[in-house]
Amino acid sequence: MSETKKIEVMENIHGENERIALETNQRLTEAGIFCVNVMGAPGAGKTSCIIQIIKHLKRVTPFVIEGDIESDLDTQTLTRLGIQTFQINTGGACHLDAPLVREAVKQLAPNQRGILFIENIGNLVCPAEFVIGEHMKLLISTVTEGSDKPYKYPLAFEKADGVILNKSDLMPYLDFDLDFFTRGFRALNPQAPLFKVSAKTGDGFAQVAQWLEEKALALHEAKD
Amino acid sequence: MHEYPITSQIVKIASEYAQKAQAARVVKINLVVGDYSGFIGDSISMYFDILSEGTLCEGAELAIRKVHPMLRCRTCGELFKKVPFSFECPKCGGEGGPTEIGKEFYIESIEVE
Repeated sequence: MSETKKIEVMENIHGENERIALETNQRLTEAGIFCVNVMGAPGAGKTSCIIQIIKHLKRVTPFVIEGDIESDLDTQTLTRLGIQTFQINTGGACHLDAPLVREAVKQLAPNQRGILFIENIGNLVCPAEFVIGEHMKLLISTVTEGSDKPYKYPLAFEKADGVILNKSDLMPYLDFDLDFFTRGFRALNPQAPLFKVSAKTGDGFAQVAQWLEEKALALHEAKD
Repeated sequence: MHEYPITSQIVKIASEYAQKAQAARVVKINLVVGDYSGFIGDSISMYFDILSEGTLCEGAELAIRKVHPMLRCRTCGELFKKVPFSFECPKCGGEGGPTEIGKEFYIESIEVE
């Protein structure tokens, strides 16, 4: 009978993913690209919100990486609008990870300073667990999903650097309890701004765009 | 699906440590998984049996220690267990904020022979 020996490991299983994400983040910072990881449930209006934000950007060039399990419908929409977009299809995987994004950034090859939106897979769970090289996480929640979402998906709300509450034009027709939503969100995340918007009407996006533009320009200034 | 790539990462890390120690095989992997890590122990175990085949980890026991999320009260500093739909501190009624306890996802140690 051979002897059993215990070896201390203490190694984070996400270590490899985090290392690659940091590499991508440094490459983007170097190129003057401010990177936003856009997360939200399926149907929250992630693409519609990205389009509205881009329409309201005045001083920086937008780029998009679209993450979907299948199809390039969103990429077609964005490309038609003249936005340089690259499509990732995960073929079933429920979130984007750092190696996928590293490759996509290489392929997209943004050739000027700007802001890169990476639309994650529609899912409120795993995208929050994987860093992909972003400078910030932007979470799209909606009034149609219900006001209990911060309580049911705490990690996504905790990790967000900003939260957009979309479809707010539907508020009069729903039982959405804004106070309950805000209490849960604030317990998890006292700092991140909350923007009430409607991608349908465009309401509220001027503020979101201005806020993001300031972040992107701050990155450029830090580089100069 | 979600646990598949993560489990292959576990097999990879454990095999690397075993190889460095010039061990013949891994007998046990002690894994720490917080409830908020987003990974389910049973799924990891299921993939582990498949993914460890033909590696130093084949046949190893996967021991998973789960960690329940804890909140820290912003008023009195009390550390308390999170219960669903509430952030209320059981001591003073204040609001608890998230901590890193419950998000663990690492290999603590391996046992080799």
